[in-house]
Amino acid sequence: MALLEIQGVTRRFGDFTAVDDVSLAIEAGEFFTLLGPSGCGKTTLLRMIAGFDLPDAGRIVLDGQDLADRPPERRPVRTVFQSYALFPHMSVEGNVAFPLQMARVGAADMPAKIAAALEDVRLTGFGKRMPHELSGGQRQRVAIARALVTHPAVLLLDEPLAALDAKLREEMQIELINLQREVGITFVYVTHDQTEALALSHRIAVMNRGRVEQLDEPSRIYGRPATRFVADFIGQCNLLSGPVVAHDGTVATLEVPGIGPVRTTTPPGGAGGRGTVALRPEKIRIVASAPQDTPDNHVRGSVADLLYMGDVTVYKVATQGGARLEALLANSQSGRAKFFEVGDAVEMSWAVDAGHYIAE
Amino acid sequence: MSARRDSRWERWAVTGPPLAYLVVFFAVPTLIMVMASFRSPGDFGGLAPLVGADGRLDLTLESYARLFEDTVYLEVFAKSVVYALVTTLACLMLAYPLAVLIAQSPRRYRDLLLLLVILPFWSNFLIRVYAWMIILGPNAALAQAVNGVLAAFGAEPVPLLFSSFAVLVCLVYVHLPFMVLPLYANLEKHDRALLDAAQDLGANAWQRFWRITFPLSLPGVYAGAALVFIPALGIFAIPDILGGPNDSLIGNLIKQQFLETRDWPFGSVLSIVLTVAALSLAGLAAWVGRRGGAEIARA
Repeated sequence: MALLEIQGVTRRFGDFTAVDDVSLAIEAGEFFTLLGPSGCGKTTLLRMIAGFDLPDAGRIVLDGQDLADRPPERRPVRTVFQSYALFPHMSVEGNVAFPLQMARVGAADMPAKIAAALEDVRLTGFGKRMPHELSGGQRQRVAIARALVTHPAVLLLDEPLAALDAKLREEMQIELINLQREVGITFVYVTHDQTEALALSHRIAVMNRGRVEQLDEPSRIYGRPATRFVADFIGQCNLLSGPVVAHDGTVATLEVPGIGPVRTTTPPGGAGGRGTVALRPEKIRIVASAPQDTPDNHVRGSVADLLYMGDVTVYKVATQGGARLEALLANSQSGRAKFFEVGDAVEMSWAVDAGHYIAE
Repeated sequence: MSARRDSRWERWAVTGPPLAYLVVFFAVPTLIMVMASFRSPGDFGGLAPLVGADGRLDLTLESYARLFEDTVYLEVFAKSVVYALVTTLACLMLAYPLAVLIAQSPRRYRDLLLLLVILPFWSNFLIRVYAWMIILGPNAALAQAVNGVLAAFGAEPVPLLFSSFAVLVCLVYVHLPFMVLPLYANLEKHDRALLDAAQDLGANAWQRFWRITFPLSLPGVYAGAALVFIPALGIFAIPDILGGPNDSLIGNLIKQQFLETRDWPFGSVLSIVLTVAALSLAGLAAWVGRRGGAEIARA
């Protein structure tokens, strides 16, 4: 049985349905992420798990117990808030001690528990500091230590890295992964940042308009998006849509406006009448001219824009038919910033199985 | 270089007038009062000439000595401190829930509620004090009701007006807004997320208040307490109008020295002692409170 079960949970605010009949089963020890754009209902769902909001329908069951009648202070669940919400009038120690005092942990056991929690987040020796004396990353660690010190069943993290700068965010991501593995506590992580979700999670639930669009492992979310929304939201993606004009069992041909016929492998379920090929930019080869006798898809165009990112260059190519495709080339040859200039005629090709087919 | 001179000139232009005002109307009178406290009273009020008939400078500590000759002065001082403390505590207990209510009410009602708090300032202070004479008067509904209840229990009727009760009620009424405003200004800035965090970490409503809201509101409590305590300590109009014969406070005593007894030096001594007492008590309270705040933070 899963540790935390969300069973058909719905939450409405007036006419707006923030969370719409969501069911999830989160396993013990899992790093689970709720990913979606702002307003998708992920934070509302998190607040309902914490107890700050109550579902209009459905149940939230933790370890076999329905949490409906339990206020936040009586749920074995802790939250790391986006703003950290450290108590400004208490030292780091005071903050970490707070949940222990609320749980009436004996004064004799307290110093050891506080020291252990601070060690977990690598803040040993910072106990006497006040929150205003800490950097953003350190405050973040105090918030995590404070939430973990009582060993909750589930730790809820509400966009905890959003306020940090890019470099620190990457460091904290690695630390979060290690910390979660060490303490073995179930993390439910809310973010709108797809790279963060892909990097951290065991499983991701992609949410849109209050519903779960896809629930899967990161590599499958990225490589096998279930819907157009997921394909578009996670990373960059060329979405080639059109009617299915031919289908031979495993390979379908779509007539895509501006590009022409696109051949793609389809799942065993068939292709339907219309579909979309979700094609990642890194799956497209881009050359000056290519041999035409391969079974790959080919399309000619000219470079309309390019973005030099250092490690890679992103080429936005206008096809002769007027469509736009995005391709990505690694700049593995040092000293050479880009292979093509704006206006260059290029040929793009991709294997039949390079894209992921989404039937409509 | 010239830019710096300009900015210096501008700084004086801006801070000069208020400084000059304070020097002329506060610092100089205070100095005059201090000087007066060391002089002798004139035969018909005011001050005796600074240089006496024998050509010697007439400076004396006699007025200070008088303060300790009769315990009645120190008793009045002690009573004034007690009245001011009771007023401050009552204002704190009444103003705190009110300030919390205003701070937590929807933004569009807040200005209206604050307006209601300061509404009494729109009418004259003395008129409001006289209004209490009517409210507490023997023929008013309140006194009738109270004495009706007392009679039902077989107790003697009590006068509400011209009593310590009337003085305290009016002291609290007059000073309440001075406690509400700083408390509101403080509570309004509190981060709602801190209470959510405390609740998430296992604190019930009682613990959330005493561990988070109250310690964080202490600067507002000090500010409000100082704004209530210091004026309440020196007030004379309310005991004059609403008090009984035993409700004379230090403010009445000072007024008496200047206007009735016409002993300016002794009036000055009492004023100086009052000022020093108010400042040291307010300082002590802030110091104790800050230590208390740190104590709460450490716990």
